[in-house]
Amino acid sequence: MATANFVPVEEILAKKSQPVRRDPTTAPTHDLREALFELEAKGELIVQRVPEPYIEVTTKFGRTKKIPVEHTWHHKSCGQCGHIPGYSTSVFWLHRQFGLDYVDPTDQTSCTGWNYYASATSNAAAQLAVMCRNFAAAYETGYYPLIHCGTSYGHYKEAREELIHHKALRDEVRRILDKLGKPLVVPEEIVHYSEWVHAMRHRIAERQIVDLSSLTACVHPACHYYKIVAEDAIYDPDIYGGQRTATVTGLLETLGIHVADYSTWFDCCGFGFRHVLVQRDFTRSFAVLRKIEVMKNEVDPDLVVTHDTGCVTTLDKSQFAAKAHQRQVGVPVLSDAQVAALAMGAHPFRVLQLHWHSTDWRPMLEKLGIDWQRHWEEFEADLDAIRRGEKAGLTWEDADTPIAVAA
Amino acid sequence: MTDWNPGKVVDRYPDVPYEEKQRLFLEIKEDPRYEDYLYGCYECGICVSACPSARFYDYSPRVIAQAMAREDVDRIYEILIEDIWNCAQCFSCVRCPRHNNPGGLVTLIREVAVRNGIQETRDVLQGYSRVIYKVMLKGNQVSPDMLQPDFFPDWGPWVREFSENMQVWRQAIPVDTLRGVTDAAWRTDDKTLRELYTIWFETGNIEIIQEVDEGLYELLVDVMEEELEEWEEEV
Repeated sequence: MATANFVPVEEILAKKSQPVRRDPTTAPTHDLREALFELEAKGELIVQRVPEPYIEVTTKFGRTKKIPVEHTWHHKSCGQCGHIPGYSTSVFWLHRQFGLDYVDPTDQTSCTGWNYYASATSNAAAQLAVMCRNFAAAYETGYYPLIHCGTSYGHYKEAREELIHHKALRDEVRRILDKLGKPLVVPEEIVHYSEWVHAMRHRIAERQIVDLSSLTACVHPACHYYKIVAEDAIYDPDIYGGQRTATVTGLLETLGIHVADYSTWFDCCGFGFRHVLVQRDFTRSFAVLRKIEVMKNEVDPDLVVTHDTGCVTTLDKSQFAAKAHQRQVGVPVLSDAQVAALAMGAHPFRVLQLHWHSTDWRPMLEKLGIDWQRHWEEFEADLDAIRRGEKAGLTWEDADTPIAVAA
Repeated sequence: MTDWNPGKVVDRYPDVPYEEKQRLFLEIKEDPRYEDYLYGCYECGICVSACPSARFYDYSPRVIAQAMAREDVDRIYEILIEDIWNCAQCFSCVRCPRHNNPGGLVTLIREVAVRNGIQETRDVLQGYSRVIYKVMLKGNQVSPDMLQPDFFPDWGPWVREFSENMQVWRQAIPVDTLRGVTDAAWRTDDKTLRELYTIWFETGNIEIIQEVDEGLYELLVDVMEEELEEWEEEV
């Protein structure tokens, strides 16, 4: 037997102990953006350029990705806006704190990807047309799409590949958009809000007024962020040695939070798309037995931080029923946007909207020295004013100012 | 022992003609994405080790990739009837060293099962109709008014507290497009929804709903056609 081709184990271990630095010239996949520009040159579609100013980050295979700082069109998430509105509110609040220019559109539908992954009651052409209608709506305003939902982000990246690779689908989508009087537009980069948070993390840390260094957090990286079209997710040799996505963890470490590792980090949350709505025995079991309880037993974190709609919902809401079975649960779940806003002094209820979360977040706020009871009273006064008809609703004027933090 | 035939499972649906099973398989295979999702299988099992559904159900993404690669029409039919709705669509399985996408294959099989009105699929989706209604008409998968204690009892007393305070809590959100909205996730323009309805009709998406739930289909068509006619008159 020839042995010349065997790599000694020591060599493999030495390589694995080093941060992964990948060379984009040897990437195993084609750069889809080049294909997009070729299609544009042929007059098949319009590529919307990332507006300046932007921040450059590195993706899995060492390529550079541009993250727009402002002039963004916020492609909202139905799960966030519908069931955990503090998530979206925090994204907007951060933009307002930095005085950044953005649009919160009403000419937007969800990607409808949740339904597609749940029930398959759609088809490729419809899914592409929904995506391209939203992209065209953004293009018409002159603002650049920033995708709030992890599933929309993953779904759109996959749909973009289909659009590039399959001419028949492209022609069909163009026919439908023609009927709607809209151009076929694809953004140069598909950008997730958590990439914006990651790119902005040092600016966020400069404005940090709440000391988070007493917190230990576990990160749940969202499947549809980094598993679908994996090459487009942000990786950094200084975070996990470049072997896992850097989003979320990069932010938490910059804010001084201790990020604790746990053995089932790669597992999904158990959302399941249809399962979380109509077959929650699976969702609850998976979220508790493979995620929350593992975190509790291995590192006992103060909170779980993730960056997708379904993950926050699943990991937070699944914990209540598990208490009846004496499972190890009771860890609050927040998005990275909420944590960033918390660090900059966002009001726990007017902005973070923690009253929409099920798992008890009070011990975490108490550990940070935040008097949640006082802030709840302030918020209750808002609610009473709305009930009495003195106020139509809460506005940014009520929510923009950061809370006072004891020195 | 003479009947022992490893790797060859018994045909569990002998009453379904082979030609029908083959027709369904060919419909799956004709999808333009099929060749992007299947390159062969080493049987390494990496997809199974990453799969959440494999931990809780008698379910294997490896078996799906294998059956598709072998074009085992009988086995694929079993998968279509029994397995596809177990998949969590997380796509953890795409860490496959052959670059297969078993989760994507499941999506294609599901689409064929839905388009052909397979009874087992109709049964699975029976409790899901109200979600389809919401997403097709409002362009949102979920909305605050879906959070009812009867539907989410396992989410704890929070759901009851929310549903009792839904209107005022929604008004206490500072984001303009969310404030006060309870029947959708955010406020959407009428024109936007009419464009969405046009997409459902033009892509044949609405006919897909007919295969799953005839009553829902008729309801959706009525509302959407009325909206689109109104739009045409306005234009």
